[in-house]
Amino acid sequence: MSHCGQTEIDTELQADKKIVLAGNPNVGKSIFFNYLTGIYVSVSNYPGTTLDISSGKMGDAAVYDTPGVYGVGSINDEERVARDIIMSADIIINVVDASHLERDLFLTQQLIDLDKKMIVALNMMDEVEKNNISIDLEALEKELGVPVFPTTAAKHRGLDKLKQSIERAVKGNTIFAENPELEKELKDIEAETENRADALMILEEDENIRGQYSRLKSAPELREVIYTSRRQRVDQITDRVLSYDENASQLARKIGAYMLKPVTAIPMLLVLLYLIYQFIGVFIAQTVVGVTEELIFVENYEPFVRNIIANTIGLENFVGQLLGGEYGILTMAVTYIFGLLLPLVAGFYFLLSILEDSGYLPRIAVLMDRLLQKIGLNGRAIIPMLLGFGCVTMATITTRLLGTKRERIISIFLLGLAIPCSAQLGVIAGLIAQLDVFYILVYVLTIFAVYVLAGTFLNKVLPGESSDLLIDLPPIRLPDLKNVFNKTYQQTAAFVKEAGPIFVLGAALITVMQKTGLLALITRGAEPITVNWLGLPAETATAFVMGIIRRDFGAAGLTSIALTPVQITISLITLTLFVPCIAAMMIMIKERNFKESVYIWFGSWITAFITGGLVNLLIF
Amino acid sequence: MTLVDMTHGNKFIIDKIEDKDTRLQALRFGISEGSEIECAGLMPGGPVILKKNLQEIAIGRRTAEKISVKKKGMI
Repeated sequence: MSHCGQTEIDTELQADKKIVLAGNPNVGKSIFFNYLTGIYVSVSNYPGTTLDISSGKMGDAAVYDTPGVYGVGSINDEERVARDIIMSADIIINVVDASHLERDLFLTQQLIDLDKKMIVALNMMDEVEKNNISIDLEALEKELGVPVFPTTAAKHRGLDKLKQSIERAVKGNTIFAENPELEKELKDIEAETENRADALMILEEDENIRGQYSRLKSAPELREVIYTSRRQRVDQITDRVLSYDENASQLARKIGAYMLKPVTAIPMLLVLLYLIYQFIGVFIAQTVVGVTEELIFVENYEPFVRNIIANTIGLENFVGQLLGGEYGILTMAVTYIFGLLLPLVAGFYFLLSILEDSGYLPRIAVLMDRLLQKIGLNGRAIIPMLLGFGCVTMATITTRLLGTKRERIISIFLLGLAIPCSAQLGVIAGLIAQLDVFYILVYVLTIFAVYVLAGTFLNKVLPGESSDLLIDLPPIRLPDLKNVFNKTYQQTAAFVKEAGPIFVLGAALITVMQKTGLLALITRGAEPITVNWLGLPAETATAFVMGIIRRDFGAAGLTSIALTPVQITISLITLTLFVPCIAAMMIMIKERNFKESVYIWFGSWITAFITGGLVNLLIF
Repeated sequence: MTLVDMTHGNKFIIDKIEDKDTRLQALRFGISEGSEIECAGLMPGGPVILKKNLQEIAIGRRTAEKISVKKKGMI
């Protein structure tokens, strides 16, 4: 079965059959995927998106993982990718969170309605038992019309039986079987598409699938009718198969509730932020980086490389400088990427994966919703904002999950302006740790004030209104560490691949500018701003030039200049607000457009220098 | 009466969800016009948290103001 306009993920995977894993977010699909495919897995980027799709083989069949979705449709990238893969499946394994049947069975029923052969993995059965929920498996199987297997994937229970039974997959009981009117509508469209799955998506008003059949432009729009009847069907099923004890003590639920009561939630959030600071800002940025950057790279690796270069091509010529000089590709660039950035970024993604898998992230979104509404965003924007502290470039891409264009512009600008990335934060933490609390407060409050003011300003100026919050609150659970490490590894590797080349290029550029005397020229030309307005030594201009290439590059450039506490504070404020790095700029141009990106770029220049100078005048 | 008039622990029935997108998204999560809901929390000036059986969702203030509800037993 092939759909026009649909892209194959991994063309090397020639297989007789395509087995696709589908389910809601955080139901444990990846554990099934790893179990079924073993070690030969390829992770590839889905064309036109930033989503990584895993594929592997099981015997003669190809197995595909899909992003977690609540339904098949085209609300966002995740759904579009999941839809494309699901529509091309021969067999679907639907992974369902058994403790969340009301939510999960909506997708299950939709998959059945798509007329696909499938089996259901009723996962997280341990939680069902713990919470005194009981599910009548036989009745569920009968209602759905497809085989159902109880599993607890995290403990590898029930997986072998599921694997042996994949061949038993059959088409289930659709909502159309009981609804002759809808069945007739579907039949009419199916006659045109010769494909029931496409026909259903057309009736459900899926814009992409409709776009593939221009002659069906005037097909009836029945999404709401179908959704409502599907919901009724799911409610009917859960009524028949599900029973639970409302009063059972449920520790996880209680914790979840405390995370949402302001009196308890705010202290909990503050404690969490403090722990994050201790882990990233103190343990990783100081202890770990102290070993990796200083001991391993600066004291051992760099002298070793310089030695080799000196003995072969010599250090004093242009190529020698390019490779092993002050800003050398093999010295400074390598040290920054692997000694400084790698530990910071890995530590950050490790924490973020824990937050994600534990179900805490959506609760932070609820807590922050009111504040973010004031700057024209909603609680969901907390995800790109938090991600921004890891890497602004990555975060810029995830702004796609925000509802409107307006929210995307606001969050991309704020990310580029006032959110320092982990690499920069690490260097800043190192510099700021030497200062009194007073200077630290000046720094933090200034950045925060600029963030709020810029957000409020954009919210006032940009036309339109932002979308409102509507999210599912998953149960609180202990994250599976193996899964957390897996995610951390994948995201860190992606970061190195993306940032590495730009670093190398940046280092080379600085060496060229230094050799040609351009750097000295800029340093002198910038004196009115750096020396007179900001009160900084003239050499800081180099740090700003480096900051254009990468922000942390700039902050790191400051460490080699002797500065007073006031000067450190001012230069850090200015550098934090200064332009987003080249990588972030390129992503901005791709995600938005050239004009907007240039506005953001110059907007950051102006904001940075005005704020830095004002703080210099007013406070010091 | 709308969602924002509820307090923690109130049980009620969803009467009308005005916005179409909200209606469709809520249907996926298991909440529709006519369903029996419990209010599981309320951020001051912020989102309302709804609970239906074991499912919880959070709805932003502005949307919540546009979802009318009625007490159980009222027609």
